[in-house]
Amino acid sequence: MTEDEFAAYQSLSEETGDHRWAFGTGFTDPLEGIDASVPDGVDAAALTAYCLALGDDALIYSHRLQQWMTRMPELEEETALANIALDLLGQARMLLARAGQAEGRGRREDDLAFFRDEHEFRSVRLAEHTDADFAQLAGRLLVFSAWRLALFGRLAASADPVLAAIAAKGANELAYHRDYAAQWVIRLGDGTPLSHDKMAAALGVIWPLTDELFQADPVAARLPGVAADPAELRAEVDAVLDAVLGAATLDRPQGAPLARVAGKAGRDGVHTEPFGYLLAELQSVARAHPDATW
Amino acid sequence: MVTAAGLAAARAVAAAVPDPELPMVTVADLGILRDVVTEGKRLVVTITPTYSGCPALREIAHDLRRRLAASGFAEVDVRTVLAPAWSSDWITAEGRRKLSAAGIAPPHAAPARSGPVPLTLTRREPVACPRCGSADTTRTAAFGATACKALFRCESCREPFEHVKAI
Repeated sequence: MTEDEFAAYQSLSEETGDHRWAFGTGFTDPLEGIDASVPDGVDAAALTAYCLALGDDALIYSHRLQQWMTRMPELEEETALANIALDLLGQARMLLARAGQAEGRGRREDDLAFFRDEHEFRSVRLAEHTDADFAQLAGRLLVFSAWRLALFGRLAASADPVLAAIAAKGANELAYHRDYAAQWVIRLGDGTPLSHDKMAAALGVIWPLTDELFQADPVAARLPGVAADPAELRAEVDAVLDAVLGAATLDRPQGAPLARVAGKAGRDGVHTEPFGYLLAELQSVARAHPDATW
Repeated sequence: MVTAAGLAAARAVAAAVPDPELPMVTVADLGILRDVVTEGKRLVVTITPTYSGCPALREIAHDLRRRLAASGFAEVDVRTVLAPAWSSDWITAEGRRKLSAAGIAPPHAAPARSGPVPLTLTRREPVACPRCGSADTTRTAAFGATACKALFRCESCREPFEHVKAI
């Protein structure tokens, strides 16, 4: 081992008085040193809401994946989900930090993640779904990553340079997540009769949550050149899902979309019952010990 | 005021900082270190994350400040840039050689990105075993111990090895 290699490990146990990521928190702003200004002509309130919604999707989805930790049948799949959850958490941190910048009231990523209530979260209801088994996990990840990749592919050309940079970076990660999920859907769908039936049943559960992903978004409509029109994503996502379902010998599920509540859904802050339990788990430590570091 | 010789020295110090998760390569080898410039008396070091959630970035910033301070650069700003997005194509030839020597297969060329990203349902180019060179290898897991790696096994020498993913 060279001196440098040794130092990298040795430094983990050094008494430096600094916070070490391997041991503690004390996270810095993920957008530190990046020009925080909102471009001229961009509606800052709409940009705040838009980044918040995209950040919430990733934060809530990441937490659902984290709940699978220690419950996976194989270490390799557990590692895969931990990596995917980490990528999404990284995207969430940057998007929430961007929302805080655009809002201009000094709220940071942690304020937005831990100190908002259920009705203030703007994530789609697909993100909060509780996967009852591995087939649902694979099917839901396929739909979510295919949709988010199509969205981020467009946002990479956003007129907001920070959102564009976050999207371009995230797209590379999402392409890898989508391939991972697609391979599992195919392996299960085109596997044994039992795995085929379980995968088909799982898609039947997931599908009602997909319609919401393509619904008109009044926030996006206020951000021409910055945001993407959700309806525009459907053709690209459908092509991907059809290719995977075809290879998996699965039929596209039929069935009505999950009902909206008085016309409202996730993007309006209206969530399904399990959301409150998820949020309680996600926020309890931060609320019990505000601003704690260790 | 940082002199030209001082700046060159600072660049050498920054470039030699090892990656906390792949300590056999430096932040310069990985393409994480983007720039070292002066702004008056201050030294401005620019880095970029490999993955959005990479927890090592903060550690890297800390190591940069610590080593530069030890070399006499008291005022150091470490800044993050997100664009252009990091690509495994930025790993230098020297970095690839060091990874390979440490038993980690370096990445292939990253997929070209323009327009909708095509679905990849079949395996891409074969990954050669970094120990015996055999191309007869199997991917055992799409993800590894860090965000940037996948796990493989060589069917010739039967050894497991890590591979830096091409993104």
